[in-house]
This record gives sequence, structure tokens and C-alpha cells, in this order.
Amino acid sequence: MPQAVRSHVHIDAAATSDDPVVEVRGVSKTYADVEALRNIDLDFARGKLTTLLGPSGCGKTTLLKIIAGLIPASSGEVRVNGRVVTGPGPERAFVFQDFALMPWATVMRNVAFGLELRGVSPAERRRVAMQYIEKVGLAGFEDKYPHELSGGMRQRVGIARAFAVNADVLLLDEPFSAVDEQNRRKFQEDLLRLIEIEKKTFIFVTHSIEEAVYVSDRIVLLSPRPGRVSQVIDPDIDRSASPDDIRRAPAYLDTVEEIWDGLRQYAD
Amino acid sequence: MTISGHRIPMMASLIVWGLLWEIVGRLDLIFLIPPLSGIFEAGIKLVQTGSWQAASIITLRSFALGMTLAIGVGVPLGILMGRFKAVDNLMGLWVNMFVSAPLSALVPVLMILFGLGETTVVVTVFLFAVWIIVLDARAGVMQVPSSLIEMGRSYGANGWTLFVRIILLSALPEILAGIRIGLIRGVKGVVIGQILVSIIGYGELFELFSRSFEMENFWALTMILFAAAMLLSALIEIFEKRIEYYAGER
Repeated sequence: MPQAVRSHVHIDAAATSDDPVVEVRGVSKTYADVEALRNIDLDFARGKLTTLLGPSGCGKTTLLKIIAGLIPASSGEVRVNGRVVTGPGPERAFVFQDFALMPWATVMRNVAFGLELRGVSPAERRRVAMQYIEKVGLAGFEDKYPHELSGGMRQRVGIARAFAVNADVLLLDEPFSAVDEQNRRKFQEDLLRLIEIEKKTFIFVTHSIEEAVYVSDRIVLLSPRPGRVSQVIDPDIDRSASPDDIRRAPAYLDTVEEIWDGLRQYAD
Repeated sequence: MTISGHRIPMMASLIVWGLLWEIVGRLDLIFLIPPLSGIFEAGIKLVQTGSWQAASIITLRSFALGMTLAIGVGVPLGILMGRFKAVDNLMGLWVNMFVSAPLSALVPVLMILFGLGETTVVVTVFLFAVWIIVLDARAGVMQVPSSLIEMGRSYGANGWTLFVRIILLSALPEILAGIRIGLIRGVKGVVIGQILVSIIGYGELFELFSRSFEMENFWALTMILFAAAMLLSALIEIFEKRIEYYAGER
């Protein structure tokens, strides 16, 4: 059965996207003696949100960091807008699981950090940063320090920082995992709204099935150790419906169930 | 503390001990303990003498020079050790050995090397203070969260920019903590150095007072030193608090 699932999709998923902004070709990663990823082939369509989903230890964060240029692949290559990735670049922005905010800097400076590094003038970067601070719902908090904010608010700062540099591709590494449950739902809804306005490509890593189905255009299931693409699912969900209706829609519930079936074999 | 409903201020115990000292002193039991009031009187006279003022200037100068060297060498060395494994391997053994070694035992050797003068005292201050500064700077640099470094890289910082904008700022609380402990150790260094050399600064005065049994002056000088060390430590603590808001954050 697992064999059938695996052969089912993975190559033609790559072939069907017409305008891939990120192309992953034969990427493998081996740490000392652990094989983390084996021969990953994936395309990420422009303007879509693709989720990398899988149990812990499947290498999904590793794959995301390889795309970000933060870790080199052992073999294979990643292309962004047709150019081979050799390190981080301005067309990609990263949102970190633990927020990675600078504790010595205000919300404003944290959000504007990417622009500051690019040499944007203080007035201009203030204007752009303010715009995104408002969009993530943190207006009035721009002069606060990270330790004065809740976990959810800190991650909003991380997201505003990623938006502020106006990258084509946003890479989000389990952005809600350190946010408590009540805030997470609100956060997911806000993220969907932002995605609609911003029209960017999102690559999202999570281990929550519900979260993946709720936000994704496409879900890539990875198998654990070594990570391989085991299934690609395109949830057919009407995103224009209200958040509560989406969570009750048969298509939503069926997709969650389908993914569960695919992942059940890896559960301990 | 409260006694039968009345709040007693923290410093009240000092008054009790001071009174006890005064009584023991007045009873004239041991010549080592003169009355406290006599010590204060002696202290007020002492600070007006040229010899005390000259000794204070020499002491401050040795301390400032030794500390400047200790910070100037300690912080960069600690940062290098935290960043480069090779430097860490090369220096780690020595730093860890000296940080807990009884350095007073080295002062006689220093006297042979540097003579009976200010240089020996400066080197003593340096040796007392530098190791903890190195260790704390190293720890600070090594504790920079890896995600913060990844964040800097992913937004376009590398090399020098990454070091100045992320690593250095992130390590600053530990670096300052090391300097604070270093300063306190430096005070010990200047006193021990001067006493062992015993012909300059406070060392010379201590030697003089104890040899001629001027106990009032002896105690007055001791108290001035204690007060100065405590004041210094308090000042640095105030400075540390101002940046502490982000130290606890990690």
C-alpha cells in the first residue's frame, strides 16, 4: 500500500505547474551519517501556498532551509526564478519557528531590519515597515520591545519583517507552533487574508494536518527518514467562504481524513 | 524586618554593630580595636593628608590602566575563542586554569619580572580581571541563538555586518557581566598588588599604619577601600540594568 501511494503522484505534480517560481531538482541531504532527504523533486507554483507536511524527522524544515539557501544540499539543486540558489537572496524571505527577533530592537526596527540591511533610507523603511505593522495588526506596538509582546504578537512581527522586504517567495517554518491554540486560529485566518492581498508565493512547513488543509493550495506529504515526497494533494476548498464554513465543509474534512490515511503508517 | 510592629530599615543592623564596636573600643580591651568614633575622626583627617591623596591617585591610576588592558585584551580574546575553534583550543586550557588559580601567589614572581613599582600592580590588576572577562565574552558569543544568525543571513547580512549587527549585540549582556565581575576582581588585584609590593599607594600606607600601630588610621583606610569597592560595583550594576531588558529575553 505505501508503495502505491508513493508512485501515485510525485513526478506529475512537478510537471503540471505551469509557472514554477521555485524548482527543486533531485535534492538530497545527508548529515554525518543521517540521511535527512532523498532525491526530492518539487515545483512550487507562483502565487500559491504550498505546504510541506509530515511527521517530525521527515526533513521538512531542512528542505525549507535548503530552499532558503541557509543550508547547502548534499546533491541536486534549487532554482528560484530560474536561477540556481547558492545562498540567501532578496527574492526569498524567511519566517522562523522561534520568531528570531532581535531582543534589543523595537518592533519597528525588527520589521525594518531587512530594509536596513539593504541600505533603504530611514524615512522610507519606516514608512514601509509601518504599513506592514498595521497589516499584521500591531499598530500602536511599533515602539515596544519583543519581550513586551505575547508569542502570537512576536510572530506577527516576524511575518511583517518577511513581508516588508517585498520578496517573491515567503518561506514559513512552522510559524504557529509556538503560538497558543486560541491565537493560532485567528492567526491562520489573518494569514489567509494577507496571502490574498499580497499575491506572493508561500512555502509553509507544518506538522498540523488541519492547519495545512486550512491554508494550502497544495500539500506535499513527506515520509520520515529519509524524507521523500510520498504524496501531493490539492485540496479543493472554496476559500471565499467564511472561516467557520471552511472548517465544516465536506471537502475540508475529507482532505484531512485522506491525509490522515496517508500518514497513519508513520504514526508510532 | 519588623520588631513588635515597627518596620526596621535594612541598614539598622549596621547601627547595632557600630554601637557594639564603639563599646568594645571604649572598654580598651585590645589595642587592635579602637572606638569607632576615633576611626571616623582619623578617617576625616586622613583624607585631607597629601600622602593619602597621592596614594589614592596612584591606586586609581594602576587600577584604571590594568582594567583598560584587561578589557582591551579580554573582550576580543573571548570573542575570538567563541567564534573560532582553533583559538578556543589554543587558549582554553590557560584561561580556565588562571580563572580559578590563586593569583596572589604569582605577585612575588611579577615583582621579580616587573620590579617593585607601579608596573607590577598594573599587571596584577590585569591578571586578576582578565580571565573572567575572556570567559564571559566567549560564553556570550557562543550563546547567540543559531536562528538569530540564520535570520541575519537570510535578510542579507554576512561577515562583518552579521558580526556587528547580530553577534556582538546579542553577546553584549554577557560581555558586560564579565566586565563587572572583572572590575571587582581588579579591586582585589590592586589592593593585593600594592600590599605585596608595599612601597607604593595604599600598600605603603597600610604598611606604615600597621607597623607604627596607628589602628585608627588603619581601620579608616580599610573602610574607605571597602566603601569604594561597593560603590563601584553598585555603579556598574545600575549600568547593567539599563541593558538587562534584553538579557533575560533569551
